[in-house]
Amino acid sequence: MTKGWPQWEVFVRSEAGLAHKHVGSLHAADARMALENARDLYTRRNEGVSIWVVNSEDVHATDPSEGEAFFEPSEDKRYRFPTSYRVPEGVEHL
Amino acid sequence: MRARLEYVLRFGDSALVLAQRLCALVAHAPVMEEDVALANVSLDLFGQARLWLAYAGELEGAARDEDTLAFHRDAGAFRNVLLVERPNGDFAETTARGYFYDLWASLAFAELVRSKDERIAAVAEKSRKENAYHLRRSEDWVVRLGDGTEESHARMQRAVNELWRYTGELFLADDVDTAMASGGIGFAPAALREPWLERVKTTFGAAALELPVDPWMQRGGKQGVHTEALGYLLAEMQILPRTIAGAVW
Repeated sequence: MTKGWPQWEVFVRSEAGLAHKHVGSLHAADARMALENARDLYTRRNEGVSIWVVNSEDVHATDPSEGEAFFEPSEDKRYRFPTSYRVPEGVEHL
Repeated sequence: MRARLEYVLRFGDSALVLAQRLCALVAHAPVMEEDVALANVSLDLFGQARLWLAYAGELEGAARDEDTLAFHRDAGAFRNVLLVERPNGDFAETTARGYFYDLWASLAFAELVRSKDERIAAVAEKSRKENAYHLRRSEDWVVRLGDGTEESHARMQRAVNELWRYTGELFLADDVDTAMASGGIGFAPAALREPWLERVKTTFGAAALELPVDPWMQRGGKQGVHTEALGYLLAEMQILPRTIAGAVW
């Protein structure tokens, strides 16, 4: 039966102000059922205040074989990392 | 006090028996997601039963706690409505039974939160939130199956026809109900029938299901007269604590 149901990706916001975070996936016939199943599968222990579900088909991912082109060029560009800044003493919330 | 004890047992035993029915479905639901969902509902109901039966034990004053009441009473001492002891059957029957109960319970708890008995009002308040979600799920499934495939529709229609005869009892008053209603502790069961039926009609409309013709309505659960199905359920539920005295988790 599950074979006929699309897969959904589940995102849960753990508390107000934080971003929704991907927590896993599930099967459901439609978005309403996906939200209900997500509630039962991923928020059993008070994990969330908001749930998003996205049809897995609508998630487009990078191709692992293109990892070099996508990600490696940033490794040798140290000037993009804030490592050279000195943080003045006494600054707490940086 | 005797009437109040009887009254509290009806809610506690109904929650307990339905919880036991649903937990028997763990690992048997049609899909994994539904498995977890049914287990969640079952656990909610066990929690509600615990609160009701703990209070019943206090009202009885015979040093019986909620576990003793759950595991050391025979079928004749149970006061659950007949509807909840009906077997799980196919998924349509589980769904119909859940929907009829959830809808009735949502109306009952809405009344009981105003009870003059603070304990009853508190348990109803806690149960109400859980029940609202149970009802959302069971109602969704009635519509999905009723308005689904040819086979799911046929099974759903058969299930509601089959279980309809156990819904009459929900709205029947006896001396206990009348005493509780007039004392401001409970409600008049008949008053819930109209809103219950209206919602069922709306749901069945969306589900393309026909309202069953009222058959002879079964009754007796609230007074301890049960179908044989309850005996088998209790045998399975009670065997461990009855075989091994003092068994605990």
